[in-house]
Amino acid sequence: MSKLVASIREAIEKCELRDGMTISFHHHMRNGDYVLNMVLEEIAKMGIKNLTVNASSIFDIHEPIIGHIQNGVVTGLECNYMGAKVGKAISEGVLEKPVIFRSHGGRASDMEKGTSVIDVAFIAAPTADDMGNCTGKLGPSACGSIGYAFADAMNAKKVVVVTDNLVPYPLVGFSIPEVYVDYVVTVDQIGNPAGIVSGTTKITRDPVGLRMANYTAQVIEASGLLRDGFSFQTGAGGATLATAQYVKEKMLAKGIKGSYGMGGITGYMVDMLNEGCFQALLDVQCFDLKAVESIRTNPKHMEVSATQYAGVSGKSAGVDNLDVVLLGATQVDLDFNVNVHTDSNGYIMGGSGGHCDTAAGAKLAIIIAPLTRARLPLVVDRCLCISTPGKTVDVVVTQRGIAVNTKYGKNAELKEKLKAAKLPVVEIEDLKQKAEELAGVPKPVQLGQKVVANVLYRDGTLLDVIHAVR
Amino acid sequence: MNIKTSAAAGTLESSDAYVMVEPSDTLEIAIESVVYNQYADQIRAGIEQVLDQLGVKTGRISINDKGAVDCVIQARVETAIKRAGGEG
Amino acid sequence: MRRSMLFIPGNTPNLLMNGDVLGADSLILDLEDAVSPAEKDSARILVRNVLRDLHYKGCEIIIRINPVETEYWTHDLDEIIPLKPHMIMPPKVSCAQDVKTVSEYIGRLEEACGFPKNTVKLIPLIETAMGVENAFQIASADQRVAALFLGGEDLTADLRCKRTKEGQEIFYARTRLVCAARACAIDVYDTPFTDVNDLPGLYADAQFAKALGFSGKASISPSHVAGINEVFSPTQEDIDYAHDVMETIRIAKEQGKGVVSLRGKMIDAPIVERARQVIEMEKAMFGEVEEDE
Repeated sequence: MSKLVASIREAIEKCELRDGMTISFHHHMRNGDYVLNMVLEEIAKMGIKNLTVNASSIFDIHEPIIGHIQNGVVTGLECNYMGAKVGKAISEGVLEKPVIFRSHGGRASDMEKGTSVIDVAFIAAPTADDMGNCTGKLGPSACGSIGYAFADAMNAKKVVVVTDNLVPYPLVGFSIPEVYVDYVVTVDQIGNPAGIVSGTTKITRDPVGLRMANYTAQVIEASGLLRDGFSFQTGAGGATLATAQYVKEKMLAKGIKGSYGMGGITGYMVDMLNEGCFQALLDVQCFDLKAVESIRTNPKHMEVSATQYAGVSGKSAGVDNLDVVLLGATQVDLDFNVNVHTDSNGYIMGGSGGHCDTAAGAKLAIIIAPLTRARLPLVVDRCLCISTPGKTVDVVVTQRGIAVNTKYGKNAELKEKLKAAKLPVVEIEDLKQKAEELAGVPKPVQLGQKVVANVLYRDGTLLDVIHAVR
Repeated sequence: MNIKTSAAAGTLESSDAYVMVEPSDTLEIAIESVVYNQYADQIRAGIEQVLDQLGVKTGRISINDKGAVDCVIQARVETAIKRAGGEG
Repeated sequence: MRRSMLFIPGNTPNLLMNGDVLGADSLILDLEDAVSPAEKDSARILVRNVLRDLHYKGCEIIIRINPVETEYWTHDLDEIIPLKPHMIMPPKVSCAQDVKTVSEYIGRLEEACGFPKNTVKLIPLIETAMGVENAFQIASADQRVAALFLGGEDLTADLRCKRTKEGQEIFYARTRLVCAARACAIDVYDTPFTDVNDLPGLYADAQFAKALGFSGKASISPSHVAGINEVFSPTQEDIDYAHDVMETIRIAKEQGKGVVSLRGKMIDAPIVERARQVIEMEKAMFGEVEEDE
C-alpha cells in the first residue's frame, strides 16, 4: 500500500474538495513557502470557489492569495499573523467577510474543540515517506520544528502531505505519524530555503535597542525570577535577542540552572541550552539554521505542538509554567492593552502569534519597544486593535522609562523591587507624555465603518475588531 | 532670502527628512510623510515658520519625511533654502 | 560629574534624539570628523535646532567644532553659542594662542547674547605633538579652559607611529596631559578605546587611564559607556570611607580637636578634599533616580 498520488490535483480530487469548504496550511516555510500558492493555483484551475483558507500565518510571499480573493476562489481567511502586503489589501477591504485572527494556541485549541473545522489540511513537509510519516528536521527545505502543523494533521477531515524529499518507509524520527495522513504528494520544491530560515538571526547594534535590552535584563534580575528553575521565552527581534544575551551572561556569572527555554527558537537560545542555562528547549518553530541543526541532533531540544506550546484545550501547556516572556508592540495603551495587529495608520501588518498566549501564561510578561518609532508614540489612549489584553501585561520597557502595570491589583511588589534596583520606573501616562513632548501629539486616525477582521482571544471569545482604513 | 537655484538637504533615513527647494513664482509646499495622517498640519506649520524667519516669499518646497521631529524638519528646510540662496 | 563622554555624529537625527538615554555623563555632538565637508552647514543647523528644542536631561553637552585653521569654526560658534552649551571642544589645539582665539570669539558672542562672561567652558582636544609639548600653556591659557582631552588617533599619525591597543606609543602624552591639567587644577580625559567589540580591552584601557590620573574617558561607541562609568566611579568601599572621613572631621570639629586620624591614618586636607569629591560623585550617580519620583 502507498498513499502516494501523482499530483496536487489528484490529491484535491481524492479529498473531494468542493465549493465552500475550508483548507488549512502551516507557516513553517515562512516567507519561503511555495505550497499555499501552489495548492490555491491548482484549486483555481479546477474551478472550485468560495473556500475558506485557514493558514497559521500569511506572509508577503502569499500575495497571490489577493487575486484568488478577487476572483472568488477564496472568500474566507483565518490566520494568526498576516504580513503587510496581504494585510494592506485586507485593510482596504478586498475581502467581503472579516478575516478571523487567532493566537497560535487558540488556533490549535479551536480545532481540537471542534469550533474550527478543517476539511482538507495541506502539510508542507521537508521530509516524508509514502505513508505520510513526516518531519521538518531533514531534507533540503528543512525548517526544524513543525509544531504548528500537528493540530491540522490530527483534526482535519483529510490530510495531504506535500514534500520535496520522499524517503523509504519508515521515516526515522518522524514528527507527525502516518495515522493522520490520507495522501502524500511530491513536488519539485516546497519552499525557498533562503526564505524559510535565516542564516543567522542577529543581535541589534542599535544603541537604543541595546539600552532597552539592558534595562529589560535588569528588570528580570530585579523581579527575583532569575533563579534555578527559570523558564524563558524570547522572540527573534533584535532588542529581545540582546536581552537574552544579557540574561545569559547573568545566568552564567551566577551559575543559575534554568528549566526551559521556549517558543520560536533562535541560535541564541541554542547557545543558552548548550552552555547549561536550560535543561531543555521546547520548540514550536525554528528561526535560524543553528536552531534547525540543534533540534535535529540534540535530544534536549524538543519539538512541541502548538497545543503543548500555548493551547487552552490540553490539560496544561508550556506557557502555563513560563516565568518570563519578552514581547514587542506597535502600540500600548493606558490600560496596558497591546496592539501587534496593525500599524499606527490602522493597516494590518502582523498578528498575535503567541503574543497573547504567552502574556497570559507567563509570571512576568515584558513588552519591549522604543518610546517612538519614526515619530509615532508607542503609548496611546486606546490601541487601534487589542491583540493582548492589558491585564496579562506586566511591564513596558522603553529607552526612556519603565512602566509597571499595577492597574489590575497586581505587581505592586514588583514595582517596589524595580525602584529599589534604581531602574527608571515611571507611570504609563508619563511614557505617553514624554513621547508627545518629543514628537508632538498625533492626530487621531480616522478609520472606516467596515469591519475587516475579528480578533479572537485564545479561548475563542471575541477580543476586538479591526476596521477598514479610509 | 530668495530661492535662486534648486537645492536639497537631509536624507531618507528613518527620523530624518529629505527637502528639495526650487525657484517658483508662487509659494508651494508639498509634503510627503510616513506620518502624514498624524502630523501633516504640524509639519506644515513648522515649515512655514522657517520660511517666515528667512523671509522666503516664493519657491517650491518639497519634503519627503521619514518620521523626523519638527526641529529636524526645520533644520533640513533651513539648510536647503540657504544652499539655494547662495549661502552655506 | 563627568566620567564618560560619548561622541554623537552631528548629522544623524536618530542618534541626536536619543543621545541622552545612552548612559553617558557628557555628550560630544560632533561637527568635525563625523561630518563631511559638504554637510558642515546641515550638521551645524541640525545640532543648533536639537539644542533649541530637545532637553538632554541629566547630560552635559559638549560641541566639537571645526579646527581654527578651517573656514567653519566661526560659523559653528555663531550658531551654537546662543544655545548655551556647557562646553566647546576645539580640536587640533597646538598652542595657547589657539585657545585664546576661540575664547575671544566666544566672549564676543556671549556678550551679544547677554550671558555672563565665561559661561561656556572649553575642553581643548590635544592631538598633535606640538599640542602635547604645549599642554601646560594650553591648560593655563584662559579662564574658560575647564579640562583637557587627549586624542590618540591623530596624535599617533603626527608622531608617525602605529596606534596599538596597548598604547605604549601614547604613554608619554597621557602622563604629560594629566600632569599639565592637574597643575592647573582642571580635569583631564582620555582618548577613546577604538575596538568597539573588545570589552575586556576597554576595561583594561580605562583602568590604566584611571591609574594614571585621568578624570574619565571618551567613547565613540555607546556600548563602551557602561564600562567607562563603572571604572571611573568610586567603589562602595570608597564611598563608605568618604562618609567615615566626613563624619570623623565633623566630630573632631565639635570637640574642637585640630588633628584627627581614622583607621590609624591622619586625616589631612587632601584626604578631606578627596572624600568630598567622592560624595559629590555618589550624589550625582544616584541622585537622578530620586529626582524622577
